Amino acid sequence: MSTSTSARRAPAAGRVDVRKTYKLYIGGAFPRSESGRSYEVYAAPRGSRGSTPVFLANVAKGSRKDARNAVAAARKAVGGWSGATAYNRGQVLYRIAEVMESRRSTFVEDVRIGEGLTPARAEAVVSAAIDRWVWYAGWADKFAQVTSTVNPVAGPFFNISAPEPTGVVALLAPQESSLLGLVSVVAPAIVTGNTCVVLPSRQRPLPAVDLAEALATSDVPGGVVNIVTCHTAEVAPWLASHRDVNAIDLTGTAGVEDLAWGELELAAAESVTRVLRPAGRGPAAVEEDFTAEPGTARMQAFVETKTVWHPKGL
Amino acid sequence: MSTPTETDAESRARDILGVSRLTNPALSSWLQGLPGVDQVGCEARAASLGTRSVKTTSKEWAIDTAIGMIDLTTLEGADTPGRVSGLCTKALSPDPTDLSTPRPAAVCVYGDMVPVARQTLGDGSGVKVAAVATAFPSGRASLAVKLADTADAVSAGADEIDMVIDRGAFLSGDYRTVFEQIVEVKRVCGGARLKVILETGELVTYDNVRRASYLAMLAGGDFVKTSTGKVQPAATLPVTLVMLEAVRDWRELTGVQVGVKPAGGIRTSKDAITFLVTVNEIAGEDWLDPFWFRFGASSLLNDLLLQRQRMRTGAYSGADYVADDSPSLY
Repeated sequence: MSTSTSARRAPAAGRVDVRKTYKLYIGGAFPRSESGRSYEVYAAPRGSRGSTPVFLANVAKGSRKDARNAVAAARKAVGGWSGATAYNRGQVLYRIAEVMESRRSTFVEDVRIGEGLTPARAEAVVSAAIDRWVWYAGWADKFAQVTSTVNPVAGPFFNISAPEPTGVVALLAPQESSLLGLVSVVAPAIVTGNTCVVLPSRQRPLPAVDLAEALATSDVPGGVVNIVTCHTAEVAPWLASHRDVNAIDLTGTAGVEDLAWGELELAAAESVTRVLRPAGRGPAAVEEDFTAEPGTARMQAFVETKTVWHPKGL
Repeated sequence: MSTPTETDAESRARDILGVSRLTNPALSSWLQGLPGVDQVGCEARAASLGTRSVKTTSKEWAIDTAIGMIDLTTLEGADTPGRVSGLCTKALSPDPTDLSTPRPAAVCVYGDMVPVARQTLGDGSGVKVAAVATAFPSGRASLAVKLADTADAVSAGADEIDMVIDRGAFLSGDYRTVFEQIVEVKRVCGGARLKVILETGELVTYDNVRRASYLAMLAGGDFVKTSTGKVQPAATLPVTLVMLEAVRDWRELTGVQVGVKPAGGIRTSKDAITFLVTVNEIAGEDWLDPFWFRFGASSLLNDLLLQRQRMRTGAYSGADYVADDSPSLY
C-alpha cells in the first residue's frame, strides 16, 4: 500500500515499514519543495476519541517559489492542452475516473481519516468524486455547443461567439471537502482547456497527493494540473498577484485565518486576472456544498468569449 | 592595448615562447607544455560556484550588470532587416515600462545585417554593433574569403568582430595556421575589437580549451568566446572557468587584459548570476565590466527583465509583459 504509514497500519512482523515521502506535483514530476520545508498533518478529531490528534504524515510545505515554478509549468502546458480536441480532453478526464476507481481503497482511507468520516460515508464521498470526473468528462465536447451563440447583427455577416480557455488558473481548493471539493474545482477548470495550479486543503492535503499520483498515471499531460501543498495564507497572495496567472478561484479562502479574499481580489485586479469569488455574502467566505450537482457556472468562470464575423456568401 | 601588427604579434609571440622562429613545432611544444586541466576538480569547482546564494540588493545589482553585459544576438538564416531592426529597438529600450533599465552592451548579427543595425542604433546610443565573420559558424573557407568577410563587416560599421577559429586545423595540430589566421583577421579589423570563438563544444577536452585560449591571446585576440551557439554543448560553466583562468594568468604573464564571452545556452537569470559569481571568484573584479565580460544570448534578456519587474513590482511577471522577440510570421 503506497499510503500506509506507521500511524495508520502497522507493518507485518519482520517487515520494514515502507514510509512514503509526500511531495509536490509540478510539471508531471514529484519534486520536494525548493524550500526544503515540510509540515505535519493530523487526522481529523472524531467525537470524544479525538482528544489527542493522530499524526498522519509530513507533507511538503510549498513556498512562493514552488508556486512560481508551478505557474511556469502550467503556462508551458497551455498550448498542448488547449489545442487538444474537446473529445480528447473528455477521454482524458474519463481516464482519471478509471484510475481513481482502481485506487479507490487508498482514497477511501485518506478521506475517512483526514475528514473524520465513517467508512460508509467515505465510500460515498469517493464515489461522488469519481462520478464528478465522469460528469465533467461528458461536458468536454458539449460545453462549447451549449454556451456559444449565433448573434443577430445588422449586416450580411454571421456573428458567432464561442468560449475559449483563459489560460492558467490558480485554484484555492476547499479546506473542508478535501477530495470531492478538490475534484469539483479542478475538473471544471481543466475540462475547457485551461491548465491549473492547485493549493489543496492545508490541513487535509493527503487526498490531493493521492490525486496527483492518479493524474500522473492517467493520460493527463504533465503541467496541466500542478499541486502545491502549502499553508494557503502564505502562498495564495503570490498567485493572486502573479501577472502570468489568468484566473483565480478563491473558494479555498473559506475557513483560512489571516487571509481575506477581498485582498486577493484586489491583488488580482492589478493584472486583470479573472476572479471566482467564494460562496457566502460579505467578507466572510463560506464553503459551498459540493455534494449538489454542480451546474456549468464553474466552467463558465474560466473561459473567454471569442466572437468572429464571417461574411455571408451567396 | 595597442593593436599588434603582424610583426608585432609574431615578435611578441617569439619573446613569450623564447624562440627565434615561430614554427609549428615551437607553438606546439609550448601549448602542449601548458599545465593540464584537472577535469574532475574543474567541474566540482564550477558546481560549487553554482550554489552561492545571492540576495536582494546584490541580486538587483547582478541583474542590471548582466543586462549591461549582453550581446543581444540573432544569427539565423531567416534573419530579415525587420527582425534585426526590431532587435536593435529592443536593445535601445529593453523594458519600455521602466526606462531605468540598462541597455545591453551590443547587438550581434551577421555581417550583411550590420548596416541595418548601425542605422537603427544610430551613434551615441552606447550599444555596439558586433558582427560574426570568417565563414561563421563553421569557419570552413579560405583565408582570403575570411578576410574579405571581416573587411566587409568592418567597413559597414561593425565595432566588434566575432571570428571563428579553424577547428580542423587546431585539432590536427596545425597551430601555426590558426595563429596566422587570427593575426591576419586582427589586422583587417583595424580599430574593431576582435572576439575569437573557440567553439569549445568541438574541442573535446578542457586541455584543448586552455590551449586554444592561449593561442588566441598569443595571436592578439581581444576576447575569447566559447561558442557559436550552433553546436551543443555551448557555454558550460566549467569551460568558461577554464577560459577565465587563462585570461587571468595571461595578464600575470604579459600585462595584457583579455575579455571573455560565454555564448549559447545561457537562458535564465540564475545562470547569468552564477557566471558573474564565477567571473568574480576566478578572474577577479576587474572583469566585472561589459568591456571585459559579455554574454552571447537572446532569450536571457527577457528572463532578466522578468526578474527585474518582479523586484520592482513585488509580483511575479509573465511573458506578456516583455517584448516577444521570437520570429514573427507577420
